[in-house]
Amino acid sequence: MQIDAIDRQIIHATQAGLPLVAEPYQAIAEQLGLTAPEVMRRMVNMQESGVIRRIAAVPNHYKIGYCYNGMTVWDVEDEHVHSLGQRVAELPFVSHCYQRPRHLPDWPYNLFAMVHAKTEQDAERQIAVIAELLGDDVRRHAVLYSSKILKKTGLRIAG
Amino acid sequence: MDDTDKLIINVLQKGFPICESPYRQVAEQIGITEDQLLSRLQTLLDDGVLSRFGPMYHAEQMGGALTLAALKVPEERFEEVAEIVNGFPEVAHNYARNHTLNMWFVLATERPEQVESAIEQIERQTGLPVYNMPKIREYYVGLQLEV
Repeated sequence: MQIDAIDRQIIHATQAGLPLVAEPYQAIAEQLGLTAPEVMRRMVNMQESGVIRRIAAVPNHYKIGYCYNGMTVWDVEDEHVHSLGQRVAELPFVSHCYQRPRHLPDWPYNLFAMVHAKTEQDAERQIAVIAELLGDDVRRHAVLYSSKILKKTGLRIAG
Repeated sequence: MDDTDKLIINVLQKGFPICESPYRQVAEQIGITEDQLLSRLQTLLDDGVLSRFGPMYHAEQMGGALTLAALKVPEERFEEVAEIVNGFPEVAHNYARNHTLNMWFVLATERPEQVESAIEQIERQTGLPVYNMPKIREYYVGLQLEV
């Protein structure tokens, strides 16, 4: 979707969060000199076109008990990576799954899958399920647990 | 955090309406008042239980770009480098991870060429090579964690 200058103003006004007032879209409209119906229409359009993934709460994983957030990375055959990626993504506990470029020699991994668990045991069980699904196609793998959130703001456009 | 807070987090991870009084609509669904929802949401944000509440914008869908990148930061320079990296508005997320590649961040930019320029500036300011790992294919993105 091609966003215009007014969409951009709405993005800028809401990228840090939606106002916590009874009529948030009215509040945004007042701030930008628009009407609430105009703001809502534009936000609906952006949501339908995917510019807005969704309007939602983003929890801090640690604070809600998910202390084992693992980026599992796998070195699999390039010919099979696409079909394997699709199958890994279907696992209910995998939140993100991507094919990414290797950086040889020190980074041989081309398939990434994120898992989130409350206990180390649960995380390891999930990783074992992925390993089993990938089977003999895996040459090696690693799990990079996050030890700290250093920043989590989401997209920020300049004012 | 009580059961009502947990319900709020679970419900609001799924989405939020675009209408005149959206908080009232969600509050009714949960079975609390609009004021209670607003004040609990404020507390969850103040306490850092929620990192954010609002529209999640997709850089690529608005004509921009996204990438995942990593750095091998010497342990004694970790805080200094984190400060440099976090200072870039293009850095949307940044995580410490247990690996020699120990700092992983997402760059999200309004225009595609800003990714490359942010990487160059991060390399110049940190003196460290950035391992850029833009996705080749995306299979699934749908993180919702039940509390």
